[in-house]
Amino acid sequence: MTPPAEGQTPTPPDVPAPQLSGEPQRRKRGVPEGLWLRCDACGATVFRKQVEQGLWLCPECGHHFYAPAAARIQQLLDTDSFEEWFADLAPCDPLGFADKRPYRDRLKEEQRKTGLTDACVVGRGYLRGRPLVFGLTDTAFIMGSMGSVVGEKLTRAIERATESRLPLVIISGSGGGARMHEGIFSLMQMGKVSAALARFHESGGLFISVLTNPTMGGVAASFASLGDIVIAEPKALIGFAGPRVVKSTIKMPLPPGFQTSEFLMAHGFVDRIIARPDLRPEISRLIDYCVR
Amino acid sequence: MSKLIPLPFERPIVDLESQLEQLEQQLGRSPQLTDAVRQMRVELQRLTREVYENLRPWEVVSVARHTNRPQALDYVELIFDEFVELHGDRAFGDDRAILTGFAQLDDQKVLFVGQHKGRNLDERITHNYGMAHPEGYRKALMKMQLAAKYQLPIVCFIDTAGAFPGIGAEERGQAYQIAYNLREMSRVRTPIVCVVIGEGGSGGALGIGIGDHVAVLQYAYYSVISPEGCAGILWKHPKFADKAAEALRFTAPDLLKFGVIDEVVPEPLGGAHRDHRRMAITLKGTLLHALKQLKSLPLDELLNRRYDKFRRIGQFEEQHATTAESSAAS
Repeated sequence: MTPPAEGQTPTPPDVPAPQLSGEPQRRKRGVPEGLWLRCDACGATVFRKQVEQGLWLCPECGHHFYAPAAARIQQLLDTDSFEEWFADLAPCDPLGFADKRPYRDRLKEEQRKTGLTDACVVGRGYLRGRPLVFGLTDTAFIMGSMGSVVGEKLTRAIERATESRLPLVIISGSGGGARMHEGIFSLMQMGKVSAALARFHESGGLFISVLTNPTMGGVAASFASLGDIVIAEPKALIGFAGPRVVKSTIKMPLPPGFQTSEFLMAHGFVDRIIARPDLRPEISRLIDYCVR
Repeated sequence: MSKLIPLPFERPIVDLESQLEQLEQQLGRSPQLTDAVRQMRVELQRLTREVYENLRPWEVVSVARHTNRPQALDYVELIFDEFVELHGDRAFGDDRAILTGFAQLDDQKVLFVGQHKGRNLDERITHNYGMAHPEGYRKALMKMQLAAKYQLPIVCFIDTAGAFPGIGAEERGQAYQIAYNLREMSRVRTPIVCVVIGEGGSGGALGIGIGDHVAVLQYAYYSVISPEGCAGILWKHPKFADKAAEALRFTAPDLLKFGVIDEVVPEPLGGAHRDHRRMAITLKGTLLHALKQLKSLPLDELLNRRYDKFRRIGQFEEQHATTAESSAAS
């Protein structure tokens, strides 16, 4: 149970990623194909394997690449400690929604592409020996947007955390906010998850919310903002309205750094900005201050 | 009421109305026209009903946004005997997009919370077109908690295109404040009735929308995103808003069918904008009825019901169970 020294690599890189309801068949969105990657931040060309075996950081400048659900779990939790819950919850198409193509087809493609059934994974795990309920949203799946499945999985996880009196950690990566394709059902998930968090809060539970790039709209405006402690990865895009919407509304250029983690911390909405390698020791330390 | 600007699909109604008016003017001189007038009045009713029964979702949106549609302050005058406005969020300012205050509803004292868009240009600027900043949501929640302290029930009128998307709003934590309202409204210990009277625009609407009884006016809509916003993202251009409106299934009858709302409040023939007074009478009836039922519940039960009401919403498949609209608890 004694936490290892600060800054230590969270998990050995050669441990295989936990299996999450099927295997990805193709590389995820936001990460180009091939042996090499170009860093969005510094422009360096870096060896993909080096990035993926580490923490999905640019070895040159430390830029935080998108990290898929399985890698997140492997990075943050103790080796093989994660037990996935409600993996059999699958999305349906309550509206019969179709834009340029039917939502059902889109779902199938996203499932094939990411190996996930929907944008959310929840379960129980250990972080440096501390038991917790863990959830995440994966931005590769329809921008990590929240529809009925995401809302339901998170709500059930929160209810279990309340019953079992475990701390709750949720990593958000949701550029899409509430999912349009499920219409009003998605909007209402915001209320549902937030109400579950109200009960968790009343029961004295500790909720640590980790905001990653990007966390926007209905996800930012519900569970992601409601942490007792709110952490953000550096330089993540976080906000309510998308920058394009804001820009077209006010018809002015946006200030530099608008809606970044640093912007949010400067305005008082984030407790700490923590780089990915430090998430594990930092979260375990925070838990130790609050949970006895 | 002053002359209405007709919506495109109202053109035949307006034409018939002006014909009828002409006929009525001639009536004084030739009594044999009365039959024709009577017939035309019947026809006008029939036509209006026909047009309004077959509105497409995008046309419903234009009714919900109609400039003559009654707004929060119209209802304050028509429904409540008194309104004692309470200003300010004690942190930043007094957001005029959301109005809050004590109000007298027949013999009941309530707290009124309403989004007001503005009925003319001056008002629209003052009230920022009904698009609130974080301080508006903070004010609303504060006054609700005040109401709960003194066991006053709460009435929320929702009418917004959305929470304001601006730099100041983001700087002052729009996302956080809406999230906080959702969490805290779910446990405000007094009955809450929410009515979408026009536009129920996304998180900006839901921010004052966690209630025990949620009603939507017949030609109002309640949506996760504006049809223009949805079209811009999924159809790559806002001009496809009519298609998006169709796909989003956000009209009151659909919402009721989905079990997301509790009630559709019928509007006068041809929409609320044609008869403010009649709309207000119906709406007042809705409020009184809902409040009577809610006030009879013990507070703990009320709060459990509020939780379950939102807890139930969602459609998904579960392999162990069958297809499910989820039941409570895991």
